[in-house]
Amino acid sequence: MRLFPLAAIAALAAAVSIGPARAEEVTTAPLPHQRWTFDGPFGTYDRAAAQRGFQVYKEVCANCHSLKLGYYRDLKGIGLSDGQIAAIAASVSVPTIGEDGQPAERPGLPSDHFHSPFPNENAARAAMNGALPPDLSLIEKAREGGADYIYALLNGYSEPPAGMKLGDGMNYNKYFPGNQIAMVQPLQNGQVTYADGTPATQEQMARDVATFLTYMASPEMEDRKRIGVKIVLFLVFMTGITYAVKRKVWADVHH
Amino acid sequence: MADSMTATAPGSHGGAHAGQEVTKRDFLKLVAGAGAAVGVGAMAWPVIDSMNPSKDVLALSSIDVDLTPIQAGQAITAVWRGKPVFVRHRTPEEIKAAESVPLSQLIDPQADKARVKPGHDQWLVVVGICTHLGCVPIGNKPSDNRGEFGGWFCPCHGSQYDTSGRVRHGPAPANLAVPPYAFETDTKIKIG
Amino acid sequence: MAGLHKSEFTNPVINWVDSRLPIFTMMQKEYGVFPTPKNFNYFWNFGALAMVNLMIMIVTGIFLAMNYTPHVSMAFDSVERIMRDVNFGWLLRYVHANGASMFFIVTYIHIFRGLYYGSYKAPRELLWIIGVVILLLMMATAFMGYVLPWGQMSYWGATVITNLFSAIPLVGDSIVTWLWGGFSVDNPTLNRFFSLHYLLPFVLVGVVFLHVAALHVTGSNNPLGIEVKGPQDTLPFHPYYTVKDSVGMCVYLLVFAVLVFFAPDFFSAPDNYIPANPLVTPAEIVPEWYFLPFYAILRSVPNKLGGVVMMFGAIAVLFVLPWLDTSPVRSCKFRPIYRQFLFLLVISCIVLGMVGAHRPEGIWVVLGRVCTAYYFLHFLVILPILGKLERPLPLPESISRPVIAGGGGPLPGGAAAKPMEKV
Repeated sequence: MRLFPLAAIAALAAAVSIGPARAEEVTTAPLPHQRWTFDGPFGTYDRAAAQRGFQVYKEVCANCHSLKLGYYRDLKGIGLSDGQIAAIAASVSVPTIGEDGQPAERPGLPSDHFHSPFPNENAARAAMNGALPPDLSLIEKAREGGADYIYALLNGYSEPPAGMKLGDGMNYNKYFPGNQIAMVQPLQNGQVTYADGTPATQEQMARDVATFLTYMASPEMEDRKRIGVKIVLFLVFMTGITYAVKRKVWADVHH
Repeated sequence: MADSMTATAPGSHGGAHAGQEVTKRDFLKLVAGAGAAVGVGAMAWPVIDSMNPSKDVLALSSIDVDLTPIQAGQAITAVWRGKPVFVRHRTPEEIKAAESVPLSQLIDPQADKARVKPGHDQWLVVVGICTHLGCVPIGNKPSDNRGEFGGWFCPCHGSQYDTSGRVRHGPAPANLAVPPYAFETDTKIKIG
Repeated sequence: MAGLHKSEFTNPVINWVDSRLPIFTMMQKEYGVFPTPKNFNYFWNFGALAMVNLMIMIVTGIFLAMNYTPHVSMAFDSVERIMRDVNFGWLLRYVHANGASMFFIVTYIHIFRGLYYGSYKAPRELLWIIGVVILLLMMATAFMGYVLPWGQMSYWGATVITNLFSAIPLVGDSIVTWLWGGFSVDNPTLNRFFSLHYLLPFVLVGVVFLHVAALHVTGSNNPLGIEVKGPQDTLPFHPYYTVKDSVGMCVYLLVFAVLVFFAPDFFSAPDNYIPANPLVTPAEIVPEWYFLPFYAILRSVPNKLGGVVMMFGAIAVLFVLPWLDTSPVRSCKFRPIYRQFLFLLVISCIVLGMVGAHRPEGIWVVLGRVCTAYYFLHFLVILPILGKLERPLPLPESISRPVIAGGGGPLPGGAAAKPMEKV
């Protein structure tokens, strides 16, 4: 094929003009990439980390954030037993209608959704100074950067740079778009006591809860990747076979 | 195929080559065809399986029923997996009637003892779906038409059940099914 | 017996059916022995791939619809229930969502093939026009499908796109209210989009049938862009092109599978995992990638009506393409100058796609305007004039001609002695 001078010049012009980064993004720091056990085509969830992350969620995040698409039974996927799940579920009370027709409460079941801290959005805003803590069920998928973002955000608190004026009740976070976040720094060293003895540093808790929330966003991931590897191998094999058949069929066509 | 290979005389290289070519091509086609069939089958399964009960449906597989409000002679309808379950508090006469029927008179012979939990003879728990074509029989209230045998009467096609939920008069072919359940306390059962 | 079709099938059951309803004879004629130019390259796979893709979309869509709830308060959660609880629901949804992207990749390549080898020229003008109708139907279907999960992008995409019609003078606002069934995108909108999203694919099947029927009247174009001269130029469709299409299909499925299983959200915006909120527009609102070039054209015109007219014009111009291109030569192989301009068009479309993904500021505004201008210039000015001015390279006498002359001396017409593209 010959060169296409016109096209090449245009491509070059386009490439040059796209070069400079966009000006308004400089305030939000770029997300550092973390290594996660669930990365890559063979990645799986680190069960121990996800369980610790659930503990962090339960003891810290759940005070303000719902996880309403998740069920207690979903905890089976991070390695909890049926008995443990039933006990966790039973520790919350779920609104129901009693025999007398009046609002009542019953102990939670594994088939129940995670208990939400607030009955509705208005109640959440009223309690939270007007800010709405987002639901965390899909937070990993709903934010650019996924688990890296969760991890970075939870570790991204600091004093605002000199000269920056924060809004009332706002906190400085270098990874939050606009750098002003309503959530106060949620994790401090030693905030929870891990059952498995892992030191509960802020960094460790952030990593664990990011793992747990990634699991809650994509509980199907391990199945998906396991099936995917088989299907890709099968298709590679089929491509080879089909190409061989094609070569044979076309062998007698002169060209 | 085997013939085309063995029939070729040794020495005639061209012929042997052609024979092998044909065999190889057929073999490849066979593998490709089989692979395609496996592939289509593998693609069909997820689609079919998506119509099976989903995880949230399966998770609702057990319910608790409080027995205290049910008076003797009455029954309530609980909902288990979207189906009505009759929980009936039987009177001593009804228990006696159920136990005294000779098995030879039954369409679907089964002893009453086999349909209740030991020590809880007064409690009969059955799936409230007629085994004929799926209607819900009447008879939970003492004032309902319970049929000739004092159990339930199906309004659709006239099947009649006795006080053990056994079919006594057609067209239903089988007794009302007993769901899996257990007594958690004397006044509470867990169905499923 | 009079009135019965004389079937040549020996299997008695097939013969019985075929005598009364000659579908087997038809299949044999159209897909078995159908004479097909022998020099197709792999670009000719993409029509068949698009058809397979349509089938995949319809099958997964039917099963997704069994679990989807078209109601503003339940749609988002019902999609998540599909992802979490329905057996293989995640697979169905990811295949369907990525299938839309695959469909557009395949179709855009198919369209490029048509442009490069001049497949739209006489006598295939109607075939091309039906193809443009298919593209329009695909876009409408894809747009409405994207609304169904009722995430932030769904909602605001629906709002922005339906608002395009408000640019129409006098009746625009009434039309938008009618489209919405209310005064904003809401439950009636979601319900009608679901209904139409289910219907249009079947309309597509019908139009695809017409597309294929028209193709089988004129026969396929080929990389040389010259007409078939006789049996020496063709091969029966089966097994030659069934097997060649199968190779392409394996590769296509491989790409598709890698997307679905290892990067299922590659093409999707994170914001669509946030439930729709009619009171908050996301900071970065962009359409799906396959609409980006059109979106860029829309934004390049600093006038509401003008932008909308240009955007729809970008597709409308394709309808009259067969008459805009005045060159008698089809294939770019023999039109070296036109080929340059065509690649420029492709680059324009890609740059427009990137423009559409960025906020309209700085260099992106300039790039958008330049590329929009080129897009229309290409079709409305360059094509008609270049067809008259360009001196094409000499055409080969027939598809099989260069083959016959194979290892021999120079061909009549010198420049055409380029070896044929390997098939």
